[in-house]
Amino acid sequence: MSTATERVWAALEALTDPEIPVVTLRELGILREVNDAPDGLEVVITPTYSGCPAMGQIEDDVRARLAELGVAARVVTRLSPPWTTDWMSDAAKAKLHAYGIAPPHTRPAPDVSVMRFIKRPAADVVSCPHCGSSRTVVTSQFGSTACKALYKCLDCQEPFDYFKPY
Amino acid sequence: MSTPIDYLLHLADNAVVLGQRNAEWCGHGPILEEDLALANVSLDLIGQARLLYQRVAELKGGDASEDQLAYFRDAHEFRNYTLLELPHHGPLVGYAAADRDYATTIVRNFLYSALMVLVWDGLQNSADAGLAAIAAKSVKETSYHLHHARDWLVRMGDGTDESHARVQAAVDHLMPYTEEFWTTSPAEGAAVAAHVAVDVWALRPAWDAMVNDALAEATLSRPNFHGYVTEGKVGLHSEHLGFLLAEMQSLARAHPDGRW
Repeated sequence: MSTATERVWAALEALTDPEIPVVTLRELGILREVNDAPDGLEVVITPTYSGCPAMGQIEDDVRARLAELGVAARVVTRLSPPWTTDWMSDAAKAKLHAYGIAPPHTRPAPDVSVMRFIKRPAADVVSCPHCGSSRTVVTSQFGSTACKALYKCLDCQEPFDYFKPY
Repeated sequence: MSTPIDYLLHLADNAVVLGQRNAEWCGHGPILEEDLALANVSLDLIGQARLLYQRVAELKGGDASEDQLAYFRDAHEFRNYTLLELPHHGPLVGYAAADRDYATTIVRNFLYSALMVLVWDGLQNSADAGLAAIAAKSVKETSYHLHHARDWLVRMGDGTDESHARVQAAVDHLMPYTEEFWTTSPAEGAAVAAHVAVDVWALRPAWDAMVNDALAEATLSRPNFHGYVTEGKVGLHSEHLGFLLAEMQSLARAHPDGRW
């Protein structure tokens, strides 16, 4: 890694998600690469959900940080390989949990059969981030953002968000 | 062989038109959780449409842009399925008006999502790398849309007499429009020949299995159908698309290149 890319990584390290300010873009797996390309520095980000309204803000935040640093770098959005919650670090999952969001479970191994779409998938058993109980029910597949589902704990009665596996 | 642009527009127009329709529930949902769910489904659909329009603009070159494609084409240039432009209620006569019906919304989202999980799954292997990348994201999102719509289909079908009757009426009204899925348009044929698209006909048994399984669990019956097959995907639309586009496009047309 060149000194220039190290400097950029260090500067972007602190940027957090606009919707979930306790985790950084790098921990979420949104900030992918910093490349020292022949035609200049390049920062690669990848979108979470296709329609995530935070992506515009994230790109602006990255550009603003680079400008502060006085670094001329391109910000490139790359779709492939597609973002997955499996890229989220354990540290990030622990922070989500402490923030009151149940972190995403690991995605099951990809099933190549179309049969997986036919039957209704069994609901995930998600532990309550407040009291730890596993007696929880899904209230809605979509919570405050597309990436979260709304759950309710049957023991402490608190509602909570579950970051869905993607 | 070059990527058939009309096929990408078909996929993009499907997503933007259904996204716009579902967004009508924003602030009017039957319960708060569903208001949020439909808004989130719409965001995903509009996000998918944006990525597809950006891909089309990239292929077309020149001054093509996602905004130009979404806001400055007229109804006959849209290539979406007729199913997706229909209002959220059953057929009406003349100038009659009706309230939005959530059963219609759920049944339509179920029928379309059941198709699209299969289409996106197949398109991950498209010869067009840009489309394959969009499909790999969209299949994950559409799985959640399907899950959401299927849950409500079963809940309403196997619910009260009123909810059962309304969701059955929606199935009877909308199912004939799904015949359009299975005819091959020139754009689809060209895209299949170029290995860009999946052959939708080959997906029909899996779609049927998904629909029959859900309808059975929801205690609903599947209507028989013989009749006119709609042709929205070749640009022959119902009277409803023009009104939908007028609402969606008027701001961009009144203030071209406007920013805030």
